[in-house]
Amino acid sequence: MKKFTSINSIAMPLDRANIDTDAIIPKQFLKSIKRSGFGPNLFDEWRYLDHGEPGMDNSIRPINPEFVLNNPTYSEAQILLTRRNFGCGSSREHAPWALEDYGFRAIIAPSFADIFYNNCFKNGLLPIVLSSEIVDNLFSYSGRININLEEQTVKTDQDSFEFEVDSERKRRLVNGLDDIGLTLQNENQIRLFETEHFEKYPWL
Amino acid sequence: MNDIRQGIVHVIGPEQGATLPGMSIVCGDSHTTTHGALGALAFGIGTSEVEHVLATGCLWQNKAKNMKIEINGDLGIDVTAKDIALYVIGQIGTAGGTGFAIEFCGSAIENMSIEGRMTLCNMSIEAGAKVGLVAVDDKTIDYVEGRPFSPTGEKWQSALDYWQTLHSDSGSHFDESILIDASLIKPQVTWGTSPEMVVDINGSTPDPKDEHDAIKADGIRTALEYIHLKPNTLMSSVLIDKVFIGSCTNSRIEDLRVAASVAKGKKIANNIKLALVVPGSGLVKKQAEKEGLDQIFIDAGFEWREPGCSMCLAMNADKLESGERCASTSNRNFEGRQGQGSFTHLVSPAIAAASAIAGHFSGVN
Repeated sequence: MKKFTSINSIAMPLDRANIDTDAIIPKQFLKSIKRSGFGPNLFDEWRYLDHGEPGMDNSIRPINPEFVLNNPTYSEAQILLTRRNFGCGSSREHAPWALEDYGFRAIIAPSFADIFYNNCFKNGLLPIVLSSEIVDNLFSYSGRININLEEQTVKTDQDSFEFEVDSERKRRLVNGLDDIGLTLQNENQIRLFETEHFEKYPWL
Repeated sequence: MNDIRQGIVHVIGPEQGATLPGMSIVCGDSHTTTHGALGALAFGIGTSEVEHVLATGCLWQNKAKNMKIEINGDLGIDVTAKDIALYVIGQIGTAGGTGFAIEFCGSAIENMSIEGRMTLCNMSIEAGAKVGLVAVDDKTIDYVEGRPFSPTGEKWQSALDYWQTLHSDSGSHFDESILIDASLIKPQVTWGTSPEMVVDINGSTPDPKDEHDAIKADGIRTALEYIHLKPNTLMSSVLIDKVFIGSCTNSRIEDLRVAASVAKGKKIANNIKLALVVPGSGLVKKQAEKEGLDQIFIDAGFEWREPGCSMCLAMNADKLESGERCASTSNRNFEGRQGQGSFTHLVSPAIAAASAIAGHFSGVN
């Protein structure tokens, strides 16, 4: 997994609440589980004017000039700034895959859907929860934003905001650690638990 | 695929007795909450966590907060578990359950069938809750007994002793409690592009001018624009093109019985281009055919299909065309959910069948 320590970037503002995983990456692209290559289909239905299907040459599709992702100002943005309950809907990991593949490394919102939030950490993507007031404030700010995971801070030219993150998730993201490898360090305890569990609940 | 027992995982798990009370169940699908109906802790996970489970047999988790949703009283006529689910989501919002495991309780839940509880728990994720469950009671035990993967003999007895302990103690602490009067719940229909955008079947679309929260007002405006409805439109005046009865939410035998009882001896309206009934599993299909439900649907003009997810999510050939409006018993009405540019309205099987016959959104009578 990609490490995340700090980034410095402008934020792409996506001013809408309840953005669901179907909007982040439509279902027709979910048949592939390659993990990579979903970036060109991120927000497909909002981003292009035609109907997207896997295998199309996205570079020749008509783009929706009204959609913020197609605004050249934000072409290098690594931060997505959005509203509450981002990522609601499916547990499919394609949503964080598409965001990460496109080039986003962090998402700032007042709240996230649980499963999506969890999936982000498995893919080197940092979801940051800040209060609605701070998010409002950031929507009216167009400069560069510095996100430092070790310090747990989001800094603009004028302000510095702290954010919460589970310490274990932070450790894994900062060091780019692999979950499965870490868990298997406890293999003996897992096996012992399983033995005891099946003795106690023999019908399982 | 050719096994009669195949079907939607959230239908066949309980059907086969593979879902048992007290189990921890994870699956790469958010509607895994369904299995909570049997007193299991069940939730959806992403691909990385599926890999982690397969490689290690376990998963890292933070403890969820607890929410009690207590629903007391008698349900009105034609009000089903789906209506309760949509009503609750309308009350607490699609993020209302974020970070929580919900326990549904109260007399309306005690009186609800296990299949109804599955519908309710299935929709917990649409309220943002990763887990929704109901305590084990006699109905749970009766449901589980005798299924292919259920324990038998001595093991059944020891399982039973354990399962009967799977309920919250009186006076248990909940981080949040919500009390709902069942008699206030009417059949529901969603008007917008989120399950929380829901009204009574006799209700109207909202007017963004009446909403004081600017972000919510924007949400209402965007949703109405997408779904081609004006503010203050009576839902019963809205014509529909297609009807879908099925999905992991509403494709069990009781759902089909209710829909068939509404459709019996009637015909779908002329403006309905397609009305699908898709059983959740091969066994549901077989049972429905044994009861003659398939013929009732076919006589009424519905298509009787092979089991599967069908038109729930536009990942197969069953999709809506752009601009088509559907009364659907599925679980998500997001933009493009049933096909790009299409309009989904979530309803119960009874309302779906009644609307197919009326040609517009309609209560049963």
